[in-house]
Amino acid sequence: MSIFLVLEERSGRVSKASWEALAAALKLGAAQDVTAVAIGAQTEALAAEAAAKNVGKVVRVEHPLLARYSADGFLLALEQVVRREEPKCVVFPHSYQVRDYAPALACRMGQVLIGDVIAIDEGPIFTRQLLQGRLTGTYRHRGDGPCFVSVQAGAFRTDSNALERQGGAAAIERFTPEIDAAQIRTKPGEPFREAAQTVDLGSAQRIVGVGRGIKEQENLKLVEALAETLGAELAASRPICDNGWLPMERQVGSSGQTVAPKLYLAVGISGAIQHLVGMKGSQCIVAINKDPDAPIFEVADYGIVGDLFEVIPAVTEAVKAAK
Amino acid sequence: MKIVVAIKQVPDRDAPVRIAPDARWIEERDLQWAMNEPDAYALEEALQLKERYGGEVVVLSAGPERVGSTIREALAKGADRAIHVVCDDLNARDALGAAKLLAAAIKPENPDLVLTGLQSEDVGLGQTGVIVAELLGLPHATLILHVDKTDAGLKVKRELEEGWFQEIELPLPAVLTIQSGGNKLRYATLMGIKKAKTKELRSINAAELGSDSAPVVALEKIAAPKKQKTTQILSGSAKEAATTLVEKLKTEARVL
Repeated sequence: MSIFLVLEERSGRVSKASWEALAAALKLGAAQDVTAVAIGAQTEALAAEAAAKNVGKVVRVEHPLLARYSADGFLLALEQVVRREEPKCVVFPHSYQVRDYAPALACRMGQVLIGDVIAIDEGPIFTRQLLQGRLTGTYRHRGDGPCFVSVQAGAFRTDSNALERQGGAAAIERFTPEIDAAQIRTKPGEPFREAAQTVDLGSAQRIVGVGRGIKEQENLKLVEALAETLGAELAASRPICDNGWLPMERQVGSSGQTVAPKLYLAVGISGAIQHLVGMKGSQCIVAINKDPDAPIFEVADYGIVGDLFEVIPAVTEAVKAAK
Repeated sequence: MKIVVAIKQVPDRDAPVRIAPDARWIEERDLQWAMNEPDAYALEEALQLKERYGGEVVVLSAGPERVGSTIREALAKGADRAIHVVCDDLNARDALGAAKLLAAAIKPENPDLVLTGLQSEDVGLGQTGVIVAELLGLPHATLILHVDKTDAGLKVKRELEEGWFQEIELPLPAVLTIQSGGNKLRYATLMGIKKAKTKELRSINAAELGSDSAPVVALEKIAAPKKQKTTQILSGSAKEAATTLVEKLKTEARVL
């Protein structure tokens, strides 16, 4: 009854989200039952990193055609190794890459991925968010085959000793999948960034984040005035940047920047997880929103429930008065 | 290019949601509904592709009768015709069950391209497009912001994490899931709304698609989220709350 942990690489190392997935895997079974899977064209370094963690063994799934990620390549390789080892569960970090292939992998095995999981309880019962974080739902796997699970970034802690290995490194095995170049139908290009970033939100001490609640571009001047008074950088949730009201480089969240300032003031931001993952590590979070049930209040230290068009000018004035 | 766009009707973002008495889903009575926003971007991409390369845009939506209003909105924005897979139990289906319905409806259409949003704003599984591709045996790409046609098929711009992007080339037919923000959404014109009434809207009963199977994954219970922090809600008038906030940020949190 083994548990697969599919590792993901980030700049040549195992990603932090992969270790969070290990923490989740350890909720589903004992460390000696966890098989860490390193997949790629050259996986030696990843495998060595994994072998130093609290896992039963490591499998290197290697093939030259896996050098750059493609859904077809990863699907073929992982399907073969899953069919050979027949794990009870397969755990992934819920990354953009995993979202691209894991649903199809589960489907190929007649299964359904339980994606973006935030908690695992006895059962196992999996909790995930619904309606952009306004509610949560608990799920159970009913199929006979392996249970595929991906876990949300930041939901499982990696600072526990349980992840660290006592004693020598875990055994490392190799598996060479059969892949033909013709089976890979997509041609993925080299990752790139758009124009160089000119705003470094990551080093800002104070940030005012603005969301849909601001309603119109015209109204941005209210938050600009607040940011200026606070000596804060202005940031936004995705919809504001999608509308072109602020440049993409001011976007905080899974597709933008991750920030952890001393003060994060969320204005008219409901708090969908895509935004929360980018700012919930802030030291002090203030939320201003008209909806008392908005998920942003779950991570806020201070909250004001009210009309931001009244509250924001009042806060700006109060900051000025206190100077 | 013949394009099928799969769209979902979801609770309106600003509509208050209440947990149903059996705690298995939300109370749907008196709820306002809207087109899932990522699907609106998928529709926009389809309409723009048609404007650039010609062809046909067919919208497809599964759900109960109320879904008709969202389908008509898509027709008013410029889709040529629509297919409504009538099913009252969409919520009881898992991602595979829902994708099977859509794939069965798409297959006889033989489209060049299938587009859908990257995820729904209600259950947020983010799996439908990928599973539909798998069921139809088509290549796919996800989180797409821009689509160009090439001699060999498509060249698309895919969003990666933390501000990175990637171009992917893939042959047609293919399935793409569209990320929001790649285009500006259009509004339906008065003329569009008028025209929509004359456009073909075909209903198929889910049962006719013969794709019923017991769900592998079941949503058992919904609840309000657990609080991660104790939030001090500051009450009073805007001015009072603002004054208290600034004081607390200074003396309690010490961040000012």
